[in-house]
Amino acid sequence: MALNLFKLSSPASFYPFAGRLIPWFVVLTVLLTVAGLYLGFVVAPTDYKQGEAYRIMFVHVPAAWMSMFIYVVMAVYAGLALVMNTRLSTMMATALAPTGAMFTFIALWTGAFWGKPMWGAWWVWDARLTSELILLFLYIGYMSLYAAIDDPRRAARASGLLVLVGVVNVPVIYFSVKWWNTLHQGASVSFGQAPEMAATMLMAMLIMSLAFWMYTIAIVLMRVRCEILERERQSEWVQEAIARERGNG
Amino acid sequence: MKPRQKRLAMVAIGLVGLGIAATLVLRAFNSNLVFFFSPTQVVAKEAPTEGDFRLGGLVETGSLQREDDGLTVHFTVTDTAVTIPVTYTGILPDLFREGEGVVAQGRLGPDGIFRAEEVLAKHDEKYMPPEVADALAKAKDVNAQMAGKVAEGSL
Repeated sequence: MALNLFKLSSPASFYPFAGRLIPWFVVLTVLLTVAGLYLGFVVAPTDYKQGEAYRIMFVHVPAAWMSMFIYVVMAVYAGLALVMNTRLSTMMATALAPTGAMFTFIALWTGAFWGKPMWGAWWVWDARLTSELILLFLYIGYMSLYAAIDDPRRAARASGLLVLVGVVNVPVIYFSVKWWNTLHQGASVSFGQAPEMAATMLMAMLIMSLAFWMYTIAIVLMRVRCEILERERQSEWVQEAIARERGNG
Repeated sequence: MKPRQKRLAMVAIGLVGLGIAATLVLRAFNSNLVFFFSPTQVVAKEAPTEGDFRLGGLVETGSLQREDDGLTVHFTVTDTAVTIPVTYTGILPDLFREGEGVVAQGRLGPDGIFRAEEVLAKHDEKYMPPEVADALAKAKDVNAQMAGKVAEGSL
């Protein structure tokens, strides 16, 4: 199958293409989640210091990674939309935002559940936690701003700028534990360095990350398909597709 | 330049400018973004002398003493260079142990004793099963013994 990227950047041809991809990503999500949770909660050994509570990590860390990664992807799409004036880029950015916000919320929430037994506090205002909270506000701000402006093109431009401005927060979150002394511990897994955890634990965490990744792709494709239908409802190909569906049903 | 390239340049310049601005702001705020002060910083008077601040470091091994009421504890916090004595009344978090990281919030008394109102445990980024931790500790002991023997010249 030869992919013609230019052809795929038009909503009319991306819509059926996304539809064909979704089932694969759903299957991958389910398989990887089951494998990751089994490995993390059954196979992985107890931690020498934190006992069983450290297992929150298998949800917390992948969610936190995804929250930052999705923001960067969203910023790239928003930038593309601003520069190239492509409709699909904006739709991708708006489709990514709710999932990013959800992962940010999960990271904060599971972090609180981890912090209480380990640190002795649900929440502290250290640099890592505060910057991650700002990320949640950025996601919410982006979605609200986009929803508040009626004209979709102006909405895309204004909210796209907000996303691009907020992108400076991502390196701050990532490096906060290095730049300042924080209550949050440093990174266990980073580039060019042996991970500071047992092999099975690392495996479970990476599989969970992949599972979250597949979930994100599946759900974003679903959302972007809805978005395409809504925006292009006046166009010929959508009308034809509806007519076809009605004919089948 | 085409309009598209112009927009790309504007976005790029905007992002670079924003990055520089953010770096400058964060540098200026550096001392306020610090969650805790180390004993060395406290002795160097970098921590606020009036009012509360957080003191962070390791609980010195062998320094933990409990009073008879069962709630009041005394320990010293060290960064291996300077130590500061701390007293605290209350429940300690599970991970609070000698030789482990701790962050205490409170104020420094004129007698040089830090009176904590809240004690948080700080754990590191290492995760491993207990057996591995034991094996590592043993290996460290053996290494230390070997080093001692080499120093004595008996090996």
